[in-house]
Amino acid sequence: MALTGMQIYKSLPKDHANCGDCGFPTCMAFAMQVASKSKAITDCPHISEDAKGELSDASAPPMKLVKIGAGDVAVEIGAETVMFRHEEKFRNKSLLATKIAASLSDDEAMQRMDAINGAVFVRVGDEIKVRMATIELDGLVADVAASRVKALATKSTVPFVLLGEDAAVMDAAVKAIADKKPLICKATPGNADAMIKVAAESKCPLSVGAPTLEELADLAKAASDAGVEGIVLSFDGKDMANSLRNITIVRRAALKKKFRAFGYPVIVDVAHDDSMKETVLACSFAAKYGAVLIMNGLDGAELLPVLTTIQNVYTDPQVPNTVDAKLYEVGDVNENSPLLFTTNFSLTYFCVEGEVERSKVPSYIMAVDTEGLGVLNAYAGDKISPAQVAKSLADSGVADKVSHRKLIIPGLLPAFRAELEDISDWKEVMIGPETASGIPSFFKENWK
Amino acid sequence: MEIVDVKEKWSNVINAITLGATAAQGGTRGKTVTIGGQSTLPGLTFEGEIPNKPAVAGLITDVVSEDWPDVLKDSIGDVINSPAEWAQKLVEEQKVDMICLKLLGADPNGQDLPPDAAAATVKAVLEAVDVPLIFWGCGDEDKDNLVLPECSQAAKGENCLIGAATETNYRTMAAIGQADKHKLIGEAPVDINIAKQVNILLADAGFDLNDVVMCQVTAALGYGFEYVYTIFERVRMAGLKGDKQMALPQIANVGWEVWKVKEALAGEDQLPGWGKLAERGPRWEAATAAGYLQAGADLITLAHPDAIKITLETIEEMSK
Repeated sequence: MALTGMQIYKSLPKDHANCGDCGFPTCMAFAMQVASKSKAITDCPHISEDAKGELSDASAPPMKLVKIGAGDVAVEIGAETVMFRHEEKFRNKSLLATKIAASLSDDEAMQRMDAINGAVFVRVGDEIKVRMATIELDGLVADVAASRVKALATKSTVPFVLLGEDAAVMDAAVKAIADKKPLICKATPGNADAMIKVAAESKCPLSVGAPTLEELADLAKAASDAGVEGIVLSFDGKDMANSLRNITIVRRAALKKKFRAFGYPVIVDVAHDDSMKETVLACSFAAKYGAVLIMNGLDGAELLPVLTTIQNVYTDPQVPNTVDAKLYEVGDVNENSPLLFTTNFSLTYFCVEGEVERSKVPSYIMAVDTEGLGVLNAYAGDKISPAQVAKSLADSGVADKVSHRKLIIPGLLPAFRAELEDISDWKEVMIGPETASGIPSFFKENWK
Repeated sequence: MEIVDVKEKWSNVINAITLGATAAQGGTRGKTVTIGGQSTLPGLTFEGEIPNKPAVAGLITDVVSEDWPDVLKDSIGDVINSPAEWAQKLVEEQKVDMICLKLLGADPNGQDLPPDAAAATVKAVLEAVDVPLIFWGCGDEDKDNLVLPECSQAAKGENCLIGAATETNYRTMAAIGQADKHKLIGEAPVDINIAKQVNILLADAGFDLNDVVMCQVTAALGYGFEYVYTIFERVRMAGLKGDKQMALPQIANVGWEVWKVKEALAGEDQLPGWGKLAERGPRWEAATAAGYLQAGADLITLAHPDAIKITLETIEEMSK
């Protein structure tokens, strides 16, 4: 269980009480930071060895952070603290690890590597992309595997998962790119000793997989005892119901019971011949705790549902979700295009934007800064006023972009009309619909 | 190594609701469908019972939506012009558990059809198929207050699920539900407090919460999905922990919402690199449905045949 600030405070050195060397004014303030896991106990320079051992064990994060890759292309997974996003937030986004099959020729493998590097999309202002490549080794002989991973590594902009169960082939491949710190996938009850040795010697992270949770815990402990630094627990996505249950058990054991053998992130192989099934599996395991998802799909239609699920589920629910407060152009606007304003709460903004797109009427949308509150909440909380709307519009320079002086305002703020007409350049204020879904018919009737 | 026990002890069971009525029960349905009744989170059968799988309702409309793209309309085919035949095709070919009829034609901003036209469509669909029926108003509350009572009466005794009771119209909805023996959808605008308030208001109006399915106004993936996803999870956990006003099954109107978003509508020239338009929409539906199934949806409404197929298969896979 997590330690309280008071328990931590009691173990801090009394002879340096409130010395401030940790950067905090008091020991209590520091203890609270440690309790919330923002600081480590070792950030106190005067902590005794005894207290350190005792506290660092008890205050260690329940799920380890695992780093895969090296240098600029390293990624981090794990260090999750909650079962449900509303309890706090999910921390390290799931990564898609697209497969490069062993059956491909060297040329084909290289082309696929290029495609993986290029699988980058921009959605609602964020870059979302494939962030790993899974190189399948089973079916290749050792020296072919080694030369393939070496060649691919020279081109890759993402870290690798090396997928295979033959420890000799894995050893050759890992040795070829050990400095790239690939994730070795995977140790099983059948190859455990040899595979753990490869990981321990190369100092590369290792995933472990087993038919039962008991065997999985044994393997994770064996790897940890052998000095393997990064450990990842492996599950088969095609066994959907069982894997969803087992991943939940593993995560609960780690987070709620501090069961150390399961205190690691999870990799799920959802690669499926049926692309639609793969999409659904990937989305399901993105929602439920998969830190790395091995997929075949590399087409935009296959990747975007999964990347968007990750983008959504890993959004921090504690932070209001905002878009930049600025003027947006939707469609092929011109001087006669309508002008609307809404708030910069992203859900509100994207609803308005979506409906404007649906109406096929190119429009300007001014997103007014309400600190991420929706229309009614912003109004109730004094985060939006006619004066502020007028200023935002003036600052945006939209008056130079349109020849009319019509402004469509949210139907929930009818009282703004009179004041806006008084204080701004916008002399013909139109009260729009109360919900975004009314925008297309509003345009049809009122924008001629 | 022995594994630590992580079972949660949930103290409450989610209401089970049976939709549809057979001849013996005062209706004309050939089959009924029960949702809810579980005592654990989705799939977690190691700590509770899941007696009923989530159900899939095939979405039909009384008039053809002007906003739907050809990708969707073509997948449905000519039957799109006949709600009764459309419903039959969904039941016979796509094997949906029930039909969800959206009474779009009544919309004052659209065709503005009179209430008796909507009621006639409800009747025609009930005659064409023998599965339970969900029907929704057009969304204009004043018009729906005229349309839904007439439809309710036309379907009297069939134990339909009617959408939707809100904070403002709950008295009318409770009255028609009670008078004609139907179940109700309680709807709130992505707000868990209002969601509970709608349930309390319905109960105060004398409507049994055992006859209510909750709806949070579904968001398509990428369009506020995370808010609705989290409300699904919070409602379900509140219900399992003993809050009787939250222990209700939940519906996600995936089909209706997904076919409004860019990913399902925008051409390949507008979204270069995002994949073929024909593949994007059904996948967006299937992906949105997959997310809500993980969050606790008991009933999912879908439009595209490919999305229906994969979601029915997913529910089977999840239920193993």
